[in-house]
Amino acid sequence: MLRARHSRVRAAARTLPLLLAGLAALAAACLAGSYPAAATDVAAVVGRALGLDLPAPADAAVTAVVLDLRLLRALLAYGVGAALAVAGAVFQGVLRNPLADPFTLGVSGGAAFGAALSLSLSLAVFFGTALATPACALLGGGATLAAVLALSRLAGGLRRETVVLAGIVAATFLSALLSLVKALNEESVAGIVFWIMGGFQGRGRAELALFLPCLVLGLAAIWLYVRELDILLLGETQARQLGVAAGRARLVLLTAASLLTAAAVAVSGVIGFVGLIAPHACRRLYGGEHGTLLLQSALAGGALLVASDVLARTILPGGAELPVGVVTALCGGPFFCALLLTGRNGARP
Amino acid sequence: MIRCQGLRSGYHGRPVLQGIDLEVAAGEMVGILGPNGAGKTTLLLTLSGVLSPGSGTVRLDGTDVAAMADRERARKVAAVPQRGESARELTVRSLVLMGRYPYLSFLGGYGPGDEAAAAAAMEAVGVADLAPRRLGELSGGEFQRVLTARALAQESDVLLLDEASASLDVARKIELYQLLAARNAAGTTILAALHDINLAALFCRRLVFLKGGRIEADGPTAAVFTQPTLSRIYETDIIVIPHPTTGLPQALAVPGPGPAPGPGPGCTGHGPGRSRQ
Repeated sequence: MLRARHSRVRAAARTLPLLLAGLAALAAACLAGSYPAAATDVAAVVGRALGLDLPAPADAAVTAVVLDLRLLRALLAYGVGAALAVAGAVFQGVLRNPLADPFTLGVSGGAAFGAALSLSLSLAVFFGTALATPACALLGGGATLAAVLALSRLAGGLRRETVVLAGIVAATFLSALLSLVKALNEESVAGIVFWIMGGFQGRGRAELALFLPCLVLGLAAIWLYVRELDILLLGETQARQLGVAAGRARLVLLTAASLLTAAAVAVSGVIGFVGLIAPHACRRLYGGEHGTLLLQSALAGGALLVASDVLARTILPGGAELPVGVVTALCGGPFFCALLLTGRNGARP
Repeated sequence: MIRCQGLRSGYHGRPVLQGIDLEVAAGEMVGILGPNGAGKTTLLLTLSGVLSPGSGTVRLDGTDVAAMADRERARKVAAVPQRGESARELTVRSLVLMGRYPYLSFLGGYGPGDEAAAAAAMEAVGVADLAPRRLGELSGGEFQRVLTARALAQESDVLLLDEASASLDVARKIELYQLLAARNAAGTTILAALHDINLAALFCRRLVFLKGGRIEADGPTAAVFTQPTLSRIYETDIIVIPHPTTGLPQALAVPGPGPAPGPGPGCTGHGPGRSRQ
């Protein structure tokens, strides 16, 4: 028992760098940008937002820039990164497939199709809210998940082969529908492409309000089934022999991970690689027990996406932004390669 | 304790068990024997509730297994699967702790009592020193022993073992079965499917022979572990001799005529069990 507590303390100590990296990335996000803001002023603004009694900066615009533009955007990026990483870890675990990622079930395709419909029909103007497109994306993602689960249940239960195949069918079908929408409505093509490419430009309070409830709900549902997730790694036979209601556990986990994915796509488009690289890196560095893996993946995914977003919006001169998905892939790829190579040499701790 | 009636079971409409009637009393230690494809694994999977019977029933203490809640069933029956699937990144300790899953409440985590039960089980099987290792680093025999430790941590009334000793060396096999015999003496009902018929004869007091999905022979070891029965079921010549120290029956296969490497012309003794070619 002492050993168990000891190992828990050690796991916490090894997780700390991930938390610090995330905080550093958030700090960098508040500091970096074209509007000049001194570090002391930024610290004062953030401190005041946290309820500390600090003097306001002389330039009132600094408060608006740091809080409303940079910090909210960075928090959204952190949440999206965490959601994608956790969803990726869950999909890889439930489907027992290292190549699974948050988009395996075609949820992103459904969300993209929902967003494309909204953009081409100008629903944002019709409903008078900028949230119309994210809301349509969320609905599209949810509908796709329901269709995929129903299809794979009809095709022989929620077995991993049928779920993955149903996801591929859905993704292919939806990508055709998306092309159809683009072909029928050429003036919205640029908007649709830009939206799908993903990013956090101009995102903030409204998107955060839509995203946070989904994040909390999804994470809570996954947390309820975290022990079952470990056991599901061993396959159906052992899960049932250990008393796990495997079908229900898989249904809850896949639904919750898809909710996280749909919410992330709804507010930031399709950002690849985070859901693949963060869980794999954590699994290799720390081990596969989901109780710690999910937390570590969330912290790593959040830090990775905030850092990538800072790079995406500062690396080009003149205020132009790169799609953040490009940055995650460019930075994550080499890092992942390095990790694979060290693992192969037996240098795993 | 366990009562199967008219049990038929199989996979995706392919029937394997063709009507099994079997009754096992509490505290028995039963060896399930039979040739490849006889239905041993199918029987154990059906007893542990993984496969639902196509027809017939399995009752545990009078309750239909199919009607039991998953955790309740797992508290009564633990199983060591054949060729159990592994997950490289989990530690041995985590895997053995999973044996305590049936005792968790909906929101509860593994507590000190669960840790202690897992540690005791690992100690008993002799894998305590493997606890911090990852499953991907284990040998086949080590992994099998870890699965056995997990089943012991389940602290069930019934223990089902499917070839739990297949990858073990001879010393570990004996060690494992001595441990099982001790558990059995303490009250655990044990059903073990195995190909090592001599190991079964040494440790099981009752043997059930399956063939083609039916029970071919069932009875006390001394009564069914005989030359005619073994030769008939395995369709090869088998002679039975008493173990030099325990007196328990042991089987020797007799090679058929042909270019088999033998001890030379001096050895021509064919046992009386040589009943068919």
